[in-house]
Amino acid sequence: MSVVSEGAAKRPSIINPGRFAGIADRAVPILGVATVLALAVGLYLALWASPEDYQQGSTVRIMYIHAPSAYISLMAYLVMCSASLGTLVWRHPLADVAARCAAPIGAVFTVATLATGAIWGKPMWGAWWVWDARLTSMLILFFMYLGLIALVRAIDEPVRAARITAIATLIGFVNIPIIKFSVDWWNTLHQGASVIRLDGPAMPASMLTPLLVMALAFTLLFMTLHLAAMRTELIRRRARSLRLRTARSAG
Amino acid sequence: MLALYMRDVRLAWSAGGGGGVGVIFYLAVTAVAPFALGPDLPLLARIGPALLWIAMLLALLLGLERLFQADHEDGTLDQLRLADTPLVLVVLAKAAAHWTAAALPLIAATPLAGILLNLPPGLLAVTLASLVLGTPALALIGAVGAALAVTLRRAGVLIAVLVLPLSIPVVIFGVGAVEAAAAGRAVGPPFALLGATTLLFAVLGPIAAAAALREAD
Repeated sequence: MSVVSEGAAKRPSIINPGRFAGIADRAVPILGVATVLALAVGLYLALWASPEDYQQGSTVRIMYIHAPSAYISLMAYLVMCSASLGTLVWRHPLADVAARCAAPIGAVFTVATLATGAIWGKPMWGAWWVWDARLTSMLILFFMYLGLIALVRAIDEPVRAARITAIATLIGFVNIPIIKFSVDWWNTLHQGASVIRLDGPAMPASMLTPLLVMALAFTLLFMTLHLAAMRTELIRRRARSLRLRTARSAG
Repeated sequence: MLALYMRDVRLAWSAGGGGGVGVIFYLAVTAVAPFALGPDLPLLARIGPALLWIAMLLALLLGLERLFQADHEDGTLDQLRLADTPLVLVVLAKAAAHWTAAALPLIAATPLAGILLNLPPGLLAVTLASLVLGTPALALIGAVGAALAVTLRRAGVLIAVLVLPLSIPVVIFGVGAVEAAAAGRAVGPPFALLGATTLLFAVLGPIAAAAALREAD
């Protein structure tokens, strides 16, 4: 399987894109199976085996989708930031592919977070949307994803698109701590952090276990989607370079 | 650098009266708000500072597209890149010029806009202080957006999409300071946060913008 352009092999690279494509080919099915298994276990634990909340009843189970989505939407941005560093510092071609492919996935998980949050908010707070710090900052994260996708598509030349988007991504990192700590800094409607806390999780094990399994499942899902998207992008670039070469030799 | 700053300010003012049009836009936005909200003077006084901040944000987006694009088109940008002055300082000078040419007239027009919104003098003073402290951050963020989109045609909307999410902390702290003053709370903490945001972008903004400009060939 060689989905790499000729130039890539000559570039000084830590991971050769060709070897990466081979690894991705093998890893995607394995990760896919692992994701399905983890999701099955996680969903069973979350939807049937976990107890109802004494206040929120069954609606608390929205959490098992909502919280992992939120975590992935932030993690996707962190992946984009580290990939952007890779683009800017080492000019690694794979880093650019990684950053570009993480953006739509991150945007989708942000939408999932906002949607499940709204569905959860309607019975709990009596409104689909409240102007709360956490909600608003997640919406901003969504806009940032859309802005970055628009930027990378607006520039025709791939190398420059990658580097300019990388700079924009890193500047946008300023907002990530604001999103993470918004519930601690502004005491608004959204509940505070309950898993990662200095004094340990504020949650019984019967709820924490399904949540962690779901978080693992979502991480696997992200890795599967991201690797698959990266592989597709590499093939697309290969096709583009072939097309360009054909056009050159024809003309 | 000083020469560059003076040149940019002069250019901005001579090119179709950029600053003047901005002021008219700013006043027009604040004057439209009462039509949308109804002539309820207490309500206007309450949300006035927030309206001024939004109008300021929109007005500052106006000239952003041309901040580096004109220099890119006529080759000045290449000259600036080759010059001895580090590009980071060039960006800082141009952002300062943008602030002087675009934001300063708006701040000067704010008392007039404050009258339109029935703002009491005390709050007007706090609003002015928050604008003086916060608008440099907006200019610096704007410079990053302008630098990222320097080679694109019709980059205006894209710049707005990139710049507005980053501007939100500035607006939050700016309006927060005025709200604290209106509620009789201490204005120190929000002002400190606003100043910190400005300083943060004073460091990050030029570095990022210069990096983006180096990519533009």
